[in-house]
Amino acid sequence: FFQYCLSGHPTLPCNVLKFKSTTIMLDCGLDMTSTLNFLPLPLVQSPRLSKLPGWVLKDGSTFLDKELKECSGHVFVDSVPEFCLPETELLDLSTVDVILISNYHCMMALPYITEYTGFTGTVYATEPTVQIGRLLMEELVNSIERVPKAQSASMWKNKEVQRLLPAPLKDAVEVSMWRKCYTMPEVNAALSKIQLVGYSQKIELFGAVQVTPLSSGYALGSSNWIIQSHYEKVSYVSGSSLLTTHPQPMDQASLKNSDVLILTGLTQIPTANPDGMVGEFCSNLAMTVRNGGNVLVPCYPSGVIYDLLECLYQYIDSAGLSNVPFYFISPVANSSLEFSQIFAEWLCHNKQTKVYLPEPPFPHAELIQTNKLKHYPSIHGDFSNDFKQPCVVFTGHPSLRFGDVVHFMELWGKSSLNTVIFTEPDFSYLDALAPYQPLAMKCVYCPIDTRLNFIQVSKLLKEVQPLHVVCPEQYTQPPPTQSHRTDLMIDCQPPPMSYRRAEVLTLPYKRRYEKIEIMPELADSLVPLEIKPGISLATVSAVLHTKDNKHVLQLPPKPPQPAASKKRKRVSDDVPECKPLKPLLSGSIPVDQFVQTLEKHGFSDVKVEDTAKGHIVLLQEAETLIQIEEDSTHIICDNDEPLRVKLRDLVLKFLQKF
Amino acid sequence: LSVFCLGPGAGQDVGRSCILVSIAGKNVMLDCGMHMGYNDDRRFPDFSYITQNGRLTDFLDCVIISHFHLDHCGALPYFSEMVGYDGPIYMTHPTKAICPILLEDYRKITVDKKGETNFFTSQMIKDCMKKVVAVHLHQTVQVDEELEIKAYYAGHVLGAAMFQIKVGCESVVYTGDYNMTPDRHLGAAWIDKCRPDLLISESTYATTIRDSKRCRERDFLKKVHETVERGGKVLIPVFALGRAQELCILLETFWERMNLKAPIYFSTGLTEKANHYYKLFITWTNQKIRKTFVQRNMFEFKHIKAFDRAFADNPGPMVVFATPGMLHAGQSLQIFRKWAGNEKNMVIMPGYCVQGTVGHKILSGQRKLEMEGRQILEVKMQVEYMSFSAHADAKGIMQLIRQAEPRNVLLVHGEAKKMEFLKQKIEQEF
Repeated sequence: FFQYCLSGHPTLPCNVLKFKSTTIMLDCGLDMTSTLNFLPLPLVQSPRLSKLPGWVLKDGSTFLDKELKECSGHVFVDSVPEFCLPETELLDLSTVDVILISNYHCMMALPYITEYTGFTGTVYATEPTVQIGRLLMEELVNSIERVPKAQSASMWKNKEVQRLLPAPLKDAVEVSMWRKCYTMPEVNAALSKIQLVGYSQKIELFGAVQVTPLSSGYALGSSNWIIQSHYEKVSYVSGSSLLTTHPQPMDQASLKNSDVLILTGLTQIPTANPDGMVGEFCSNLAMTVRNGGNVLVPCYPSGVIYDLLECLYQYIDSAGLSNVPFYFISPVANSSLEFSQIFAEWLCHNKQTKVYLPEPPFPHAELIQTNKLKHYPSIHGDFSNDFKQPCVVFTGHPSLRFGDVVHFMELWGKSSLNTVIFTEPDFSYLDALAPYQPLAMKCVYCPIDTRLNFIQVSKLLKEVQPLHVVCPEQYTQPPPTQSHRTDLMIDCQPPPMSYRRAEVLTLPYKRRYEKIEIMPELADSLVPLEIKPGISLATVSAVLHTKDNKHVLQLPPKPPQPAASKKRKRVSDDVPECKPLKPLLSGSIPVDQFVQTLEKHGFSDVKVEDTAKGHIVLLQEAETLIQIEEDSTHIICDNDEPLRVKLRDLVLKFLQKF
Repeated sequence: LSVFCLGPGAGQDVGRSCILVSIAGKNVMLDCGMHMGYNDDRRFPDFSYITQNGRLTDFLDCVIISHFHLDHCGALPYFSEMVGYDGPIYMTHPTKAICPILLEDYRKITVDKKGETNFFTSQMIKDCMKKVVAVHLHQTVQVDEELEIKAYYAGHVLGAAMFQIKVGCESVVYTGDYNMTPDRHLGAAWIDKCRPDLLISESTYATTIRDSKRCRERDFLKKVHETVERGGKVLIPVFALGRAQELCILLETFWERMNLKAPIYFSTGLTEKANHYYKLFITWTNQKIRKTFVQRNMFEFKHIKAFDRAFADNPGPMVVFATPGMLHAGQSLQIFRKWAGNEKNMVIMPGYCVQGTVGHKILSGQRKLEMEGRQILEVKMQVEYMSFSAHADAKGIMQLIRQAEPRNVLLVHGEAKKMEFLKQKIEQEF
């Protein structure tokens, strides 16, 4: 059992598991924090951004000033933003048999893997994961493609040059591997390789392994995965939540009795309480609007936004905000709002009950009907006619590097009346804001991350009791900024095995058993013999038939009839000829008695050595060794067959035959 | 492994489905339907076969409902609340959503309108539904340590499913009603090569190999169009959910294309609600509708309006969809009585009618009907039958057998002669 770790990002994992002759990729996360090193892509030309000075080296050389720009002491790459892909060199990705996706945030690297590595396998994911994942990809591609950028910077990536750059560019990892965004045809090709699955569906892989998605409670259709054979069970926990938000609750019971539990996707903000953050979000929003300012909420087009809209739905009237327009701007805004209403089966119990009535499960349907919430594909077109201030705008991308959010940052950044509220936890808000500095607008940080925190993890681990835990190295030490908080790490016994990017782990597990079926006719013929109270044994002579990784013991063929006819004997293709049976031996050899027996038979110079696995009995004169180990006995003597036979018979005296 | 059909229902007659399967020591009841042709005790299955040996809950390990049609779930509250069963009842989410509404509707017709007693109450329907566990497609549900069940998409109506029942290495697949060709709003049934020991298949259309869907649709539109052109009224008795939506989509697009003005009505109440269920459970419809629902939801109709009882007397042509589908009670029967005397009008029966219903009588050619109070109703209007109900035909049944590769096949829910014919065909081919 091996695990190849292709991503170093703990919440955007990409691991490959070699399990019983199958190669399984677990998630396909795309690390987008790399885009923070780039300048924003403005939809409308921004005079401020285009006037930023080029970066000059300490020695005064200016050869990079076209590629790198300086803004308020930070250096940014002036180029199409690029993403940090999972490792593609650690193993041959064309050998991957299947990819299991746990949630829509963890599939964003899929087109890079399925379209560029020779991958020919199948991808498994739930229907909401695929539909919403498609929306996220569509939005990403759309917001980058509609702002064609002439320049594609590459000089700075040269290792010699990168060394000279200021942090964080200097320390950026694997910059040569960074890639531009994929295209829609690639997205479609990648998604066409997905096979839809439902929770608790058992999927057979080549008859050797069974994989099963379980509800993980984090997002619509999000799942953990069980990967098991008859005797081994690996649980893959990725992005799970125990909070009651809109998705179906997490299935914890099915994770029990795991030999290995791989734990990824914990909360990125372990110190923030999501409920408290939602409260702060609402009060900051209300305060800004009451003072005549606008509120900008950078967000993904699906996920937490549904919960935020639901909170606002309850909050608007009591806070006196009923006349404030709420805008949701994204090329996929409409689709996201519509899709959220049709996945009844994947929702929490309360929402399911609403569908049975039948009413839309999410109250944003009513917000839209009453014109309180309006959605637009972009800031162009209808939006510019309807746009009224003060207002609240939900739009992407949370990195503030592309999408309509760039426009609003430029538009509202200069006034201290306005507020930007960060709710998505994936990007450091200070880094996100860096290319917009100096900024007059208020910035509020209310990260809402519903994924498991460390207290919940330790409860979960106590509950399901895996034999071994494997997790990213970040979870085995306190966060670097809070090194005294030893409570912010995984605490379990035995301590978790940790991994980092580009590492190969050998999982602490050995396969010891394999399930074999016995045909009824053969089972009938067995005669068990009780060798110890409660333990019976029987010898089995059979043909082991292995097909599609299933093993079946069949009746042995009858001894061949003496050839009466002159016909040429047919060589049977599947049944080997039966050899006479040798007796089977069992039992252990007590060394002291064995030595005494040897001495009785005339070996006088017997010496015994203890080894790690057993004993070695030395017959010095005859230059002969007898190795006695738990599961084997060897007699090593050169060219003296009569002696070997004699010794063998002595050994056999101590063993039971049947 | 043994199979027992409860009463004269599901075995050989399209009336009510209720089948008992014993598999490796586990007892599973498949569907719990009622017979709409009867108004007495015979409408419910006879559970005494089970109860003579003790309580239902002790005997049965679980109950599975394949879809929301009353001939498959109509006896459920009677079974669970009046006879008494507290174990789990499994059905898909859409079935769980829609089933109680149809049951309540049916209860109202029976108790409130016909004044019958000894029938289940609204509260019983609610209590019964509390025992229901909703299942996802392809989810393996572990009923207990040994018994597991798994649902497959069956087409037929929204939320219809086929179920695999498995104990150890023995397994049975029960199809419920299914159709193997996608229609205007639902996809085709699908099952993997699960090689069950027994496949229990419905066989409503065991002998028919139906002509292409397109021809039937054209035929239907032509008949409706002609009647409307000559100023006649068209009555289409339907069940609120299922065929109704398919025919609405058909007429809606035809009216749009031909720019027709005659009004189309849908009898109120259930129907608007029904369309809403289709919108919310759109993942259960066919691929085309699912793909385009964001731009255009097929279940929002422009030309089809809600019906009011007074409209039936309006002069001029119109098309009315009215429930129930077999003309045995309710609004469809009322309208039928009003319009039956005029030869310009037409009634189109788009589905199967069980024996004893008015629908069955007029389809078998009867033109003088004895109504309540010994009145004789003379039927002069044209009577048309169009097989739109989404059942697998002989070809479809064979196709499913090829997909699942069962060791044995059991045909139910069909007429004896037709089943014999199909039996021979299956024996020939496999």
